[in-house]
Amino acid sequence: MSFQVVTPYSLDEALGALASGEKLVPLAGATDLMVYMEAGTLAPCRFLNLQELDELKPTLSVNGSLTLGAMTTYRDVRVSPIREQFPMLAWAAREVGALAIQSRGTWAGNVANASPAADGVPALMAYDAEIDLWSKKERRRVPLAKFYRGYKEMDRRPDELIAALHLPLPQPGWVDYYRKVGTRRFQAISKTLLAGRILLDADRAVRDIRMVFASIAPYTLRAVQTEAIVRGRELTPEVIEEAAQAIQDEIHPIDDIRSTETYRRRVTSNLVRDFLSL
Amino acid sequence: MTFQTIGKSLRRKEGFLKVTGHSVYADDLRLENCLYGKTIRSTVPHAKIKEIRFKDGIPWDEFTIVLPSDIPGLNAVTLIDAEQPFLAEREIRHVAEPVALIAHRDKHLVEKARHFVHVDVEELPAVLTMEEALERNNVFKSYLVQNGDPSEKWNEADVIVEETYRTGAQEHLYIEPQAMIANTIPGESVTVWGSMQCPYYVQKALAPLFDLSHENVRVVQTETGGGFGGKEEYPNMIAGHAALLSWKAGRPVKMIYDRREDMWATTKRHPSKIRVKAAFKRDGTLVALDIDILLDGGAYPTLSAVVLSRATLHAWGPYKCGHTRVRSRVVMTNSVPYGAFRGFGAPQAIFAIEMHMNRAALELGIDPVEIRRKNFLHQGDQMPTGQVIREKIDLEMMMDRALELSGYHRKRADFEQFNAQSRPHRKGIGLSVFFHGSGFTGSGELRLASELSMALTGQGGVEVFAANVEYGQGTNTVLTQIAAEACRIDPDLVMIHQPDTSAVPNSGPTVASRTTMVVGKLVERAALELRKRLKEPTDFEASARQYLAEHGELRITVQYEPSSDLHWDDEKYRGEAYAGYAWSCDVAEVEVDAVEYMARVTNFVSVVECGRVINPLLAAGQIEGGIAQGIGFALYENVVLEQGAMKNNQFTNYIIPTTADTPDIHVNFVEFPHSNPGPYQAKGIGEMPIDGPAPAIGSAVAHALGGRFINELPLLPERIMDVVESL
Repeated sequence: MSFQVVTPYSLDEALGALASGEKLVPLAGATDLMVYMEAGTLAPCRFLNLQELDELKPTLSVNGSLTLGAMTTYRDVRVSPIREQFPMLAWAAREVGALAIQSRGTWAGNVANASPAADGVPALMAYDAEIDLWSKKERRRVPLAKFYRGYKEMDRRPDELIAALHLPLPQPGWVDYYRKVGTRRFQAISKTLLAGRILLDADRAVRDIRMVFASIAPYTLRAVQTEAIVRGRELTPEVIEEAAQAIQDEIHPIDDIRSTETYRRRVTSNLVRDFLSL
Repeated sequence: MTFQTIGKSLRRKEGFLKVTGHSVYADDLRLENCLYGKTIRSTVPHAKIKEIRFKDGIPWDEFTIVLPSDIPGLNAVTLIDAEQPFLAEREIRHVAEPVALIAHRDKHLVEKARHFVHVDVEELPAVLTMEEALERNNVFKSYLVQNGDPSEKWNEADVIVEETYRTGAQEHLYIEPQAMIANTIPGESVTVWGSMQCPYYVQKALAPLFDLSHENVRVVQTETGGGFGGKEEYPNMIAGHAALLSWKAGRPVKMIYDRREDMWATTKRHPSKIRVKAAFKRDGTLVALDIDILLDGGAYPTLSAVVLSRATLHAWGPYKCGHTRVRSRVVMTNSVPYGAFRGFGAPQAIFAIEMHMNRAALELGIDPVEIRRKNFLHQGDQMPTGQVIREKIDLEMMMDRALELSGYHRKRADFEQFNAQSRPHRKGIGLSVFFHGSGFTGSGELRLASELSMALTGQGGVEVFAANVEYGQGTNTVLTQIAAEACRIDPDLVMIHQPDTSAVPNSGPTVASRTTMVVGKLVERAALELRKRLKEPTDFEASARQYLAEHGELRITVQYEPSSDLHWDDEKYRGEAYAGYAWSCDVAEVEVDAVEYMARVTNFVSVVECGRVINPLLAAGQIEGGIAQGIGFALYENVVLEQGAMKNNQFTNYIIPTTADTPDIHVNFVEFPHSNPGPYQAKGIGEMPIDGPAPAIGSAVAHALGGRFINELPLLPERIMDVVESL
């Protein structure tokens, strides 16, 4: 059997095809799937081409929250004025591959590919993104931070499509931090990564915080326990060190072709220190 | 002396065709009824082959299949020796070893069919480390160079420094993968077109494979997208495979490796382990030097013996030492065979000696600059081989220029002050001084006895017939400039014939930084001979046209003539190891980040003496490219081995620096155009620039880390972390 592509021209058609029970692999920018195909690690399958669906078209609309249509690419964000309100999205987009990939690859595809080393997902998660999942049966919305359950395991049924991503508009005062530790300056896969956001009180106590990590667990990880340690406290050197130690209990890095568990552990703590020392 | 063309930055002769996409690479060639070939390879490092099974699910009757029993002649790649089989017959000696070949007209079906061939084996114990190979005495080749006796000198020394240095494998990562097309008349002749550095090597390997005379094997080089040594010997293998399939099928066969196969199955730089023991007087004078070199050759000898030779003959660096001993060995393991790579053993040896000099300076409490001043070679001095430096060299002046251009002394002090404060990163600066021998080692050029032809053209110019290929480094342009200068004609009137063994004489392989110096000299001599035949014309064009009108053609052939004062003793390893040396000093600045422990090169200065510079732009480009590749060797390029084969065989996971990781590179030429043997006193530069960056960067990192040296390449953040954490 070989690879085939099905192109629906309406959302109904697409959701109907997904509901039929046949295994279909949604195809957006194809920047991950083509690599798997070329490497011979993707079993022959039928792709569901999403290019022609109006409902999923690239959009960046602000209406109480930011909505990204499912086919919105990294480049769409890099060139949009929205980067003023969501600077971390633009920083993350800059870290994904090269321009060609940034022009094809989509944010929703990054979510659905579920790579623990995704560059876009940590930024989305730090902005409290929610996912619209549509099927023939229902339309539901789930928080991205609760979407992943294990390596490439997620809260999406085979009959569901990611239709859009929603990001609440950040309140004034939040400070963003995004640092990817790659094997070189650009065009690299992360060894560890921290997407952080912090809101300080006038007396420098932490009113709220988000800390999201890549490449140190089977999926993109929001470190809720470490967040809880610093929330409400002043960022003294002692508190920062406590957080840098606490993160060790939340992450599960491994040795692999790109780095070692030891390196990932130490550098992840360094990222926490670097972020909180801002 | 004033020149018309030499010393001018002429545009690349083939540049326009390349940038407009008109150049024809092997994969662009379309032959009618062409089949696509694939190689079936082993997946274990050492085994006996029991059976090769072609499983159901593939229309095997439509396929051309080649097994060892189909080989008409010698099943061995003729190179220095003839040990490596084209197809393993009974014993598998490394992962990715070819065991069978298949071809079909449907490219995708061949790719799929590969997974339906099963090689039944009985696994044998594998040797995967140099140390184990040495214990078992699996030595391909060894050398010993000695002058004086270092063992008598240890007692006289004030300070003895002893360290062991290691370097990993390095992948060439040429842009165009290995590619070859073959067409044959079974029983009669073989023709191959492909990506290669050495057309006559391919001919030499294919003739015995088919039991044909050399004239019946035609090898044509197509536009070649990079090589770096990776297309020195490996094309013999893929050309043999494509030709075997074509011989059996009676049709043309194309073989193009994809990136994964190319990185997994082809040669890489030899990993090394080098112990250096050096004795110094308190003032830094080098008294004795004892060096032990160990290289991993992989499963077959390939070019390991000559790679080891070059490592041996570059091991002492540009220093004078009356008591030196270099012992070197290359061992056989069950790894994918290692082979030629730009630098050819020298980068490993130079990393060791230059790191060691910087380390010794630290232990002696003197500046790395001063320890070098104390020990530099000068004109009239002898190398440990007994070779007397006849050419003018002035390493002090070159080093001083590099120090000045980089602001070395000021930065060294500034950085130390900077590092004393607690900052998010640390800074360091380091240097290396080194040489690289141009051309084949010892009597190699004499044995090659290269020939080159030149003929008048109807336009009143000349055409050069040489086997040396353009693969991105500038052969076409540099040979054109030499011919134009010697004939005194416009360079546009010089044509370079496509390297094709049926049309060009054997001017030798395109390797060893020999093209400009050795082959360029043949071009100059041929051009001068043509001028003589035309009676030293004032108007070459008119005379050439007139000569052709009267005589029909004028084509002359010249052959390499060794300089009478070069002597080399292969037995004792003494004499003139190289006819010419190029010299260089590198200064590297680095920053080491405290969050991620990553070292980045922030500035780089290279002062280079390579005789007369024929084309400054191309020469500077060669040097910048070599330095970028040297930065990769030093900091990024980490071949992860699994059972002796590359595991990270993807662009994604084998990290080479991009322009975002390389600094401004300042290249500065020093010219001492005196007694060296090249055309217009030019020497080779292709390889030298990859020799110096690793020790300069390694020493800069050590400087940043407060004098803590890391003796193993690449200097990955994971290695640097341990040192930073101990500060």
